[in-house]
Amino acid sequence: MSYHLTVNGTATEVAVPGMRRLLDVLREDLGLTGSKEGCGEGECGACTVLIDGAVAVSCLVPVCQVDAAVITTVEGLATPTTGLSSLQQAFLETGGAQCGICTPGMLLSGQAFLDSGAEPTDDAIREAIAGNLCRCTGYTKIVEAVALAAGRRDETGA
Amino acid sequence: MAIEPAVVSPATLAEAYAIAARGAHRPVAGGTDLLVQITGGIGPPPDRVLDLWRLDELRGISVRDGALELGALTTFSEIRASVACREDAPALVEAAATIGAAQIQNRGTLGGNVMNASPAGDTLPVLLALDAELVVGGETGERTIPAAAFWPAYRRTAIRPDELLVRIRLPLVADRRQRFRKVGTRRAQAISKVVIALAWRGDPGSGTWREVRVALGSVAATPIRAAAAEAALEGERPTESTAERAVAALVGELRPIDDVRSTAAYRREVAGRVLRRLVRDEGRW
Repeated sequence: MSYHLTVNGTATEVAVPGMRRLLDVLREDLGLTGSKEGCGEGECGACTVLIDGAVAVSCLVPVCQVDAAVITTVEGLATPTTGLSSLQQAFLETGGAQCGICTPGMLLSGQAFLDSGAEPTDDAIREAIAGNLCRCTGYTKIVEAVALAAGRRDETGA
Repeated sequence: MAIEPAVVSPATLAEAYAIAARGAHRPVAGGTDLLVQITGGIGPPPDRVLDLWRLDELRGISVRDGALELGALTTFSEIRASVACREDAPALVEAAATIGAAQIQNRGTLGGNVMNASPAGDTLPVLLALDAELVVGGETGERTIPAAAFWPAYRRTAIRPDELLVRIRLPLVADRRQRFRKVGTRRAQAISKVVIALAWRGDPGSGTWREVRVALGSVAATPIRAAAAEAALEGERPTESTAERAVAALVGELRPIDDVRSTAAYRREVAGRVLRRLVRDEGRW
């Protein structure tokens, strides 16, 4: 079967089995290896992507369910013209990334939270990243990064 | 090599019924259970999959014919965001909020939770406590199965292979109150050790409880109602002595098991403690 996806703004057609995991389509068929496979069972969040703006673990989504969908991966956050996203910049400043395995998923959960416009309380940020496990940072610096980016969003209205 | 069964993705419910009637297809809703089973090699993988995701006929939340109706493909995120659910099924909203985290709640569905038929399915005790009606359909039409008869044995359902779960009806009951509590290892991403849903009609005058439902998950081979605990609470006010009798009844009737997530002794003890706390909250003692 052939499926049509818009991945990071680019219309893409993939001819693959419909039960292939979106994660495998991204990594193996499209060469976008930013999304990581940690557990393969939806527990760790390392493969988190946005599907039509909503977070999902791409290890549990068959590609047949994202035909005509808009997918955002970590590769779609920074662009050559605008550079790092505000959230990526905030991760750098607070030390929100250490070993890096959880970081792509964390960035997308954080981005979905920022896009929701929700008030960036500590509890709200922690709930937004509750599906992403990090074994390095203790989460504090990640929460600080999301709060920092939210503060800049609210200052600039961006 | 990844296992990728053949899949068909019909666009209409009529097409899906026709495929289901041919048999040998494993239906998939949001995939959050099936893909774990396939990737993890939990049981034999299905040869053929019937993808239901495109069936918008199975989406939507509405109040109709005296019941809150949820399409089988309603996601847990949609339940959390629904004003109607918050109004009439707050216990279901609480249950939805405990399932995985946002990634799972955006894809996982109420119908999937029902059909996966896990004894740890977080919404299933709520459906038992609210006397849910499960509407299933096929080429020969629809029929309704009460939640109390839907999970006859471990990971079994009352549905036939040629049928699909279409929607879940929660009859609206005046003056009904409901509570939910899940006990797991952490707030997000946890599979439950004990789940309790409690529902009753409070008599506005006397404060006594009627039509009491005590339903539990993760303490038996299926989600269950606790008949002895219900009987101990029926017609009573939520006093400390009533709670003590109900807890003793509950602990006496539960037959949980030891497994990787918990022990029988812990589950029995905690189920009793949670029931006591829920009754205490209501009685304010």
